Amino acid sequence: MSEIPLIELEGITKTFGSGAAAFQALKGVNAEVSYGDFVAIMGASGSGKSTTMNILGCLDVPTSGIYRFRGTEVQALTRDQRSLLRRRYLGFVFQGFNLLSRTTALENVELPLLYRGENKAQRREAGLKALDMVGLVPWAKHTPAELSGGQQQRVAIARALVTEPDVLLADEPTGNLDSERSVEIMELLTELNRGGITILMVTHEEEMASFAKTIIRFRDGVVERVEQGAGRHAMHDAGMTV
Amino acid sequence: MFRIFGATLLLSLREIRRHLLRSFLTTLGIIIGVAAVITMVTLGKGVTASVQDQISSLGSNVYIIFPIRNERGNPRPFDQADVDAVANQIAGVEVAAGNVSTSATAFHNGQNWASQVEGVNSEFLKAQSIELTEGRPFTSAEESAGQNVCLIGPKVVEAIFVPGTSPLGEEMRLDSVSCTVVGVLEERGQGGGGSDEDNTVMMPLKTVQRRFTGSDDIQFFVVKYDASYSSSGIQTSLIDLLRERRLLQEGQDNDFNIIDTAQVNQALGAATGALTAMVAVIAGISLLVGGIGIMNIMLVSVTERTREIGIRLAIGALAKEVQLQFLTEAVVLCCLGGLVGIALAFGMSFGLASAIDVPFLFDPMINILSFLFSAVMGIIFGYYPARRASKLDPIEALRHE
Repeated sequence: MSEIPLIELEGITKTFGSGAAAFQALKGVNAEVSYGDFVAIMGASGSGKSTTMNILGCLDVPTSGIYRFRGTEVQALTRDQRSLLRRRYLGFVFQGFNLLSRTTALENVELPLLYRGENKAQRREAGLKALDMVGLVPWAKHTPAELSGGQQQRVAIARALVTEPDVLLADEPTGNLDSERSVEIMELLTELNRGGITILMVTHEEEMASFAKTIIRFRDGVVERVEQGAGRHAMHDAGMTV
Repeated sequence: MFRIFGATLLLSLREIRRHLLRSFLTTLGIIIGVAAVITMVTLGKGVTASVQDQISSLGSNVYIIFPIRNERGNPRPFDQADVDAVANQIAGVEVAAGNVSTSATAFHNGQNWASQVEGVNSEFLKAQSIELTEGRPFTSAEESAGQNVCLIGPKVVEAIFVPGTSPLGEEMRLDSVSCTVVGVLEERGQGGGGSDEDNTVMMPLKTVQRRFTGSDDIQFFVVKYDASYSSSGIQTSLIDLLRERRLLQEGQDNDFNIIDTAQVNQALGAATGALTAMVAVIAGISLLVGGIGIMNIMLVSVTERTREIGIRLAIGALAKEVQLQFLTEAVVLCCLGGLVGIALAFGMSFGLASAIDVPFLFDPMINILSFLFSAVMGIIFGYYPARRASKLDPIEALRHE
């Protein structure tokens, strides 16, 4: 693995609003994530885990502190530069799946490639390959309304994977699924992690966190503690320090 | 960027198809605006062409002078001495020629046909640029002797002469006057006064005065002038001369009228210009209202699709790419409206042109311009909603229900 850590957070704070209404969601977060890790971010509502996830996903910038992604200081980048970073290195999976309705599974998966300027044939090939990884090739022509929740989340994962990102960010990926589907999704993520992709996942369910190699627990806007995860089905080939 | 544009275009069409009724109602302003402009311009051109055709049948650089009532009483006719005075005494006048006409029935070959007889000399044909398809004009001997020779219009030929044979040299009769056909007039269509110029028989002026009207009166005369002379100068001289000859006192109104074909043309141009300006204003208002409709519906669309915008931004779409998507949608919407408007205008102007009996003159320029204008409308009124979409915060947008 590279000398530079994949992700470094140094004294990250985030304040929403201003004046008397100001609310400090993050109060100095320090963390590091290495390549190949599978990190579960846990904590009660309002503990700052979602805010941290948004910052890690380059969707938001910290009020102060330094966020280095592959050595690049993200907080200094413009909005469009962060978009380019997401396009190249990051894949997103959301609790609500967030697929484009009335658009087929394959078209949803191909969408990120469109913004990379790949041609139709390349998009089709990569899209089908990503759908194959989540086992949904037979469902390529179906729209989200015609798919079950578990299948929709698999399409969303395929969409996140299609650009072959370094990092997959999953915000409560099993939040809208029953426990059987949840375990299937977690097994899929574990398998992908084994293939080399770094996974950052926000969850409040201990059972889901148990699939991770590392668990970062948030409380009141700071990292409470970092634990070695159970790493069910996972290999312990990468570490994480604070 | 180009690939995104292609995909965006498809996406726009899909969005429009998804909300077909809404899209149609939204573009109605543009459709009506474009259709109104094209229809009015097309019909305006047809009307102008039709009127100009009638004016040009009078000849160019030509005055037509006829007596009218004034406070002294009924119109007093001119006579040949007036015409000769104008021809000889005013510099710049090339030709002055009188005309007298009356209705008459033409007989030949056992047929009869209601027509009119015009008394004119060759000068009149020259002033009015009337050509012959066969035969010859009157000779000066025929004119001064008032001989019974005639030139006949194509309608008369058609009505009473044997098809396929030349009427030249044939004898025919007009009421009780017989005459020899020496020439056939070209087809001229409808005249300035609404009369049918093709249903006419021309005889020398003197012949008609003697045999038909029984006086030396001339009903009107035409003056063709040299274009290098000032029209207003000649007109002033004409008025002075005619007032003098007709013994009008100072303060009395002219008892004659001078129609200047150049002036009629100018007046027509001004009227058409005013009409066009009015149409432009109406169309402008219609398009403005249409544009606001487009902007409104695009803002609704941006709000409805906030979550989609959030997804696109999260997976790495740049602000300008999101902006392009919505701008394309607005432009596509407007262009489709423009196309529908053009189709509508084609049908309307074609139908109306034949209804009011003017030629249908398809003008590609106004059609292309209108189409481009509707595209520009899309850019102008789609810009703000598209900009708003591109400025959305991805986190907020993803949370949007």
